[in-house]
Amino acid sequence: MIFEAILLTVITAATPLVIAAFGELVTERAGVLNLGVEGMMIMGAVGAFAAAQATGSPYIGLLAGIATGAVFSLFFGFLTLTLVTNQVATGLSLTILGLGASGMLGESYVGIPGIKVPQVYIPYLSEIPFIGPVLFHQDLVFYLSIVLVIGINWFLFKSRSGLKLRAIGDNHGSAHALGIDVIRTRYLAVMFGGACAGLAGAQLSLVYTPQWVENMAAGRGWIALALVVFASWRPWRVLAGGYLFGAVSIGQLHAQAFGIGIPSQFLSMLPYAATIVVLIIISHNRRTTLINTPASLGKAFVPDR
Amino acid sequence: MRIELEKRPQVSKLFGFVSPLLALVLTLIAGSIMFALLGKDPVGALDAFFVEPLLEVWSLHELAIKAAPLILIAVGLSVCYRSNNWNIGAEGQFTIGAIAGSILPIVFYDWHSPIVLPLMLIMGATGGALFAAIPALLKAHFNTNEILTSLMLVYIAQLFLDWLIRGAWRDPKGFNFPVSRDFAPEAVLPAIWEESGRAHWAFVLAILAAILIWFMMRYTLKGFEIVVLGQSERAGRFAGFSSRRMIWFSFLLSGALAGLAGICEVSGSIGHLQPAISPGYGFTAIIVAFLGRLNPLGITASGLVLALTYLGGEAAQLSIGVSDKVTRVFQGLLLFFVLSCDTLIFYRIRIVWSRVQAVTGKVAQ
Repeated sequence: MIFEAILLTVITAATPLVIAAFGELVTERAGVLNLGVEGMMIMGAVGAFAAAQATGSPYIGLLAGIATGAVFSLFFGFLTLTLVTNQVATGLSLTILGLGASGMLGESYVGIPGIKVPQVYIPYLSEIPFIGPVLFHQDLVFYLSIVLVIGINWFLFKSRSGLKLRAIGDNHGSAHALGIDVIRTRYLAVMFGGACAGLAGAQLSLVYTPQWVENMAAGRGWIALALVVFASWRPWRVLAGGYLFGAVSIGQLHAQAFGIGIPSQFLSMLPYAATIVVLIIISHNRRTTLINTPASLGKAFVPDR
Repeated sequence: MRIELEKRPQVSKLFGFVSPLLALVLTLIAGSIMFALLGKDPVGALDAFFVEPLLEVWSLHELAIKAAPLILIAVGLSVCYRSNNWNIGAEGQFTIGAIAGSILPIVFYDWHSPIVLPLMLIMGATGGALFAAIPALLKAHFNTNEILTSLMLVYIAQLFLDWLIRGAWRDPKGFNFPVSRDFAPEAVLPAIWEESGRAHWAFVLAILAAILIWFMMRYTLKGFEIVVLGQSERAGRFAGFSSRRMIWFSFLLSGALAGLAGICEVSGSIGHLQPAISPGYGFTAIIVAFLGRLNPLGITASGLVLALTYLGGEAAQLSIGVSDKVTRVFQGLLLFFVLSCDTLIFYRIRIVWSRVQAVTGKVAQ
């Protein structure tokens, strides 16, 4: 029973990470490096919380989170795609702006009890011992994350548009020469990334801890970015990596509760330290990372007219 | 309507100078719109935010206090960014520098000597450099993304500080508050001009650092090496420069300056260690570096501008009752506009109004 309960919390902790990482994965597959995930996520969290408070509906909150993330990502899209600014610096500014704006917008919501997204029982399936409660008695966002991984995998590797998107990420010059609209595709990819980050943020303020706390993303956006590298730009590996990180962060919480004699601060470092360790393991083979990284990643594209 | 870019035949010198100013103006416009939306009188709010803090001598001192860490950190970061090394973790290096420099006044508080303070500064810089050595090592030898590792280390540094202050370094006479013991007078960075305000020698150190790095970038082979490797690693290799050595150099230098800023802040402004020692200087310094066009002299000016946003934020909180979060919004907006205005240096921007025109353009090609 305890194991089941722990598994449930691991899934809840992993869900925002994987959703934000799915979005960034699609963005990066299109050749755009958006370091603003943390900012889009926190904006999604505050947007979702505000909308849920205003309407009383957690589902409208989720939608608002998605919309906030997508709209906020347009700032980044306009600068990097239309004005060809440096993607690293622009992504950072998106994060700085998001942290400031969300703090300002959320100020009146501090300390207000949030509205939780209810859990969905899937009839019959949720009665299966062990697997049922873990997989089929979850909130809507968890199911969405599963739909997303299947959908993104199909889109990227089985659909024509996905092929075009990957072509743009691998060589935007050739893709442009073939008549693919690089800029428009990248705008859509950036907005998809923003929508996912917004949904991830909404999960934080409506599912994980249903309340608004300043800076409540607490570096999860950055961990999501690391997950994409960890997964070498493949959706299913993002899911696996996300659950690994969820397990680490939940594990440290349980360890703190049991009082195992290690100061809580050191346990809280674990998810961040784990991120570094995983990055070392993944990146250390230069050849494989070079093969997997979208070749145009982070490079600006100006169509010659 | 669409926006098209046309590459300028030459980099525009005019816009190199005008674009930061244009960015400032656009930020002020966006800021006044924001104040209007918040229901405040925009003119009065901007006045309280950006003008009033400049009208009194004591608050000019405060400006120097806040500008010092920003300039110190940003000057180091500019070397990193110019050589294409993305150190985003200055906030963590600042924190570790503050901790390393505080060892003497907190652990060896019985030792009184005039060399305590210089030693503290050296230890602070060393601590920052060693902490920055972690992402450098990982990038140079394991090909690990330095953006993500240096950032993760920020969280680790802050948790480490928190542990120290709540544990071993907590002041026994501090009424259980999470603060360290106060630094002895000889461990405090002295004020520059005590009669008129609190500004301390960190500001002088910052200006010195800016001048030294400016000299290095402009007149030495090292500066040339930094620029060449930053623009093209391949070209740098042909010139016999090593990008691996450059990773080490730029990270150690920027880490040392961030660490120095950390110990200066703790010793000069705060007087003890506490869980929060920085209002995000390490991140704001990134904006300072870009607003200053990655040039140490420009950074000195932009450091003062960004310091004003902190000061203005505090003032506006009191006088017009807006949240201090406005500061962060201003800073984010400023970086946004700086980056977009920089496009004007390299490109002409053309707005194409009709679809037809664009299509005929394509046919003509």
